[in-house]
Amino acid sequence: MSYSVKVLDHYENPRNVGSFGKEEEGVATGMVGAPACGDVMKLQIKVGKGGVIEDAKFKTYGCGSAIASSSLVTEWVKGKTIDQALDIKNTQIADELALPPVKIHCSILAEDAIKAAVADYKKKHGEPVPA
Amino acid sequence: MEFNADHFTLFELPVAFRLNAAVLDHRYREIQSRVHPDRFASAGEAERRLSLQWATRINEAYQTLKKPLSRAKYLLHLAAHDIEGDNNTLMPADFLIEQMEWREAAAEARAAGEHHELERLHHRLQRDIRERYEEIAVLLDDGHDLEQAADRVRRLMFLEKLLAEIDDAMAACEE
Repeated sequence: MSYSVKVLDHYENPRNVGSFGKEEEGVATGMVGAPACGDVMKLQIKVGKGGVIEDAKFKTYGCGSAIASSSLVTEWVKGKTIDQALDIKNTQIADELALPPVKIHCSILAEDAIKAAVADYKKKHGEPVPA
Repeated sequence: MEFNADHFTLFELPVAFRLNAAVLDHRYREIQSRVHPDRFASAGEAERRLSLQWATRINEAYQTLKKPLSRAKYLLHLAAHDIEGDNNTLMPADFLIEQMEWREAAAEARAAGEHHELERLHHRLQRDIRERYEEIAVLLDDGHDLEQAADRVRRLMFLEKLLAEIDDAMAACEE
């Protein structure tokens, strides 16, 4: 199986790899894992005024498709409100990266990582106050 | 022998997680020698095809039962319990954090070529894996708690993957 050009691009030049400091304001973390492939993904969002995601970082241990999926969503969530981020669907990720059917679960993992990060934010901060 | 029987019945073994590996090996070799295509080289077309189908069937059954993770998955499959390996992404947070730490430690040790550290991780992980399988034996054979057994199977899918990666890293260090 060969990776698409977009997967290779994200795999070779992953965007926003790393972590935020634990004490940083507005940071929330989503941790998910896919038993089928043993991949583990951590997605962090930094939420500012009006519930807008100002920055995002990820750390993923897994195959190229899992790394590309998480790298892509860190770009996509930036500038969105946390509720808009929840609208990102795994099918959009899979389409953008041209993932083959056996790698669809990587895009599901990335979608679930966003949901987990937003849920963590809401748990810590409650619903955001509109700007 | 019934072609559509479950894997355990094929080898005349009880349908259980705890398994006598020596008996399994013995019965496998016995059946394999009986159905092996080499023995049917001069037989008719239909018989040769049948022997090949049987040899494949027996191989598949043996491979499934031999390894504890696939055996546990198979038992849950027989009990019609879905382990949701593809779509259950919300493992307990403490488990995922631990998995992340394990993988970071393995990646660092690999990058630094620390064979000794990788070996240490390998042994710790192997002990962890052994304990999980002991839990599975109790959950499946004694308690019949499919829900908890499926949870352990999902955890082991991560642990076995990690063990393979650590072993890979050790091999890379030795090169």
